[in-house]
Amino acid sequence: MSKESMKAYWKENIRYLAILLSIWFLVSYVFGILLVDQLNEIKLGGFKLGFWFAQQGSMYVFVVLIFVYVKLMNKLDKKYGVDE
Amino acid sequence: MGIFTWTWILVGITFALYIGIAIWARAGSSKEFYVAGGGVPPIMNGMATAADWMSAASFISLAGIVSFTGYDGSVYLMGWTGGYVLLALLLAPYLRKFGKFTVPDFIGDRYYSNTARIVAVIAALIVSFTYVAGQMRGVGIVFSRYLEVDIDTGVYIGMAIVLFYAVLGGMKGITYTQVAQYCVLIFAFMVPAIFISFQMTGNPIPQLGFGGAGEDGVYLLDKLDGLQRELGFHEYTSGSKSMIDVFAITVALMVGTAGLPHVIVRFFTVPRVKDARVSAGWALLFIAILYTTVPAVAVFARTKLIETVSNAEYAELPTWFGNWEKTGLLKFDDKNGDGVVQYVADKSANELTIDRDIMVLANPEIAQLPNWVIALVGAGGLAAALSTAAGLLLVIASSISHDLFKKIIKPDISEKGELVAARLSAFVAVCIAGYFGIHPPGFVAAVVALAFGLAAASFFPAILLGIFDKRMNKEGAISGMIVGLSLMFYYMAKFKLGWIGDMPPASEWWFGVSPEGFGTVAMIVNFVVSIVVSRFTSAPPEEVQEIVEHIRIPSGAGEASSH
Repeated sequence: MSKESMKAYWKENIRYLAILLSIWFLVSYVFGILLVDQLNEIKLGGFKLGFWFAQQGSMYVFVVLIFVYVKLMNKLDKKYGVDE
Repeated sequence: MGIFTWTWILVGITFALYIGIAIWARAGSSKEFYVAGGGVPPIMNGMATAADWMSAASFISLAGIVSFTGYDGSVYLMGWTGGYVLLALLLAPYLRKFGKFTVPDFIGDRYYSNTARIVAVIAALIVSFTYVAGQMRGVGIVFSRYLEVDIDTGVYIGMAIVLFYAVLGGMKGITYTQVAQYCVLIFAFMVPAIFISFQMTGNPIPQLGFGGAGEDGVYLLDKLDGLQRELGFHEYTSGSKSMIDVFAITVALMVGTAGLPHVIVRFFTVPRVKDARVSAGWALLFIAILYTTVPAVAVFARTKLIETVSNAEYAELPTWFGNWEKTGLLKFDDKNGDGVVQYVADKSANELTIDRDIMVLANPEIAQLPNWVIALVGAGGLAAALSTAAGLLLVIASSISHDLFKKIIKPDISEKGELVAARLSAFVAVCIAGYFGIHPPGFVAAVVALAFGLAAASFFPAILLGIFDKRMNKEGAISGMIVGLSLMFYYMAKFKLGWIGDMPPASEWWFGVSPEGFGTVAMIVNFVVSIVVSRFTSAPPEEVQEIVEHIRIPSGAGEASSH
């Protein structure tokens, strides 16, 4: 693998990480902690929304994030011919 | 059949299963002993990681903690799951590509220094020992509650079982017993939860049920908020901790999770880099099944408990109340002598003391579930405690036999000799853990939660920078780890253990951050120190920079090798 394509591979990887970790931060720290009082004004069935994110929603998103990451990286590995 | 008979039957069957697996999965080489030969399928590794991760505390205490703290309990729910995202995205694939046996292996090689290796070994031992003592105690407690033996006997039985499969099978034996233990514990947790959810809300899925309404049409959470207010507690869905502390604790738990050696090492056992990524996903999925059920169980149990006991005539309480009073988990003290239970927030008027563990242990009885379900909870609790203890013991054993003995003291040891050394250190580790289980040092309970802070303050920055910062050198990493660890220790000693002068009140916490959340501060300090020091000292040698380039690409991972 050439130096350039290695650099490009790494850069795309970092970009994916930045996007996925922003979502990770948003659902837990922003929705579940920082904005919890504001979101609690909204109701989702019997749940206050902020409380729901803190005790349910954030965890669902975490699981989805990892599987999305797996998919993205498998594609990226193929694109650069570094898959196993 | 009674609860007691059922418990013996279920515990007997599951223990026979674990021993059977251990005999089938004996380790034949040091590689099988440390990383199960590097051939574990990703889904199985996910299950094993989940069992490894979910301890007696997750199984028995977590629902109780959430039940008593409401929104504040979210720190554990988010903290102990969100760390897997960090692990999957930032650490696991690269460490798997690196392809060695232990975390100190990575630190020692990446930072081309035996000093770094030794610092990492010490950190791994501290983190794992504080954690494992609690597990052995947990085994003893579950035995004593369900099988009417005393706690010490319970610890001995637990030691014998773990000894058998950890010493014989190493990582290979542990992995496959953990898969079985996951199945037992998740079944044991979900069955009562589904029963209770259906009973209270008509919805069999607990995750949805606790957002639903009871027979009276009132939303369960609104009802609970109301009950809490009436009795003078803070509202269930809003917290009592400060926002900055909730934030800091969540960060410390997440980062600590990603930095725990017994979790990281599980990702060395899969064949390829892409397997490491996906098995982190499976692990989190399997963990989330329990963790998203926990807050539901917490709400059901608390509502049911308050409705049953609050302002009830003591003489007319159901029989389970008396049963659990005998164990000391429930205490009633009729202060005003009116024969009625006053359960209120005001300490001087409150007459009922409830141990948090009762929320899971007594829940099936409170909900009047069949005896076999009650017995199942006992078997599940044992599975949770044993699986975590075994995983931790392996980290301790490999730190000693591989990182210290093979890498530093006697590098020319033969493959056979190393395997013997590994088994011996596993044996010694089980004995020490058992000793702590029988004679728990007073500070253990306080320190377990802080193991995360220690992991966050030491390993996480060193590993992350080792992968993402090519310029990071040994001077930076070592000083960062030492400063991070010492700062965390100092804060713990001062504000949690009271070892330095009188214990200062919470109002003197730095930045308003509790000792549980201080790992976050110590981690940031570690990052800053590492980066600053590394920029003022020489760049790492060429071949180390090549290692970094090498671990960033998945192809050519091959098998985990001893060199």
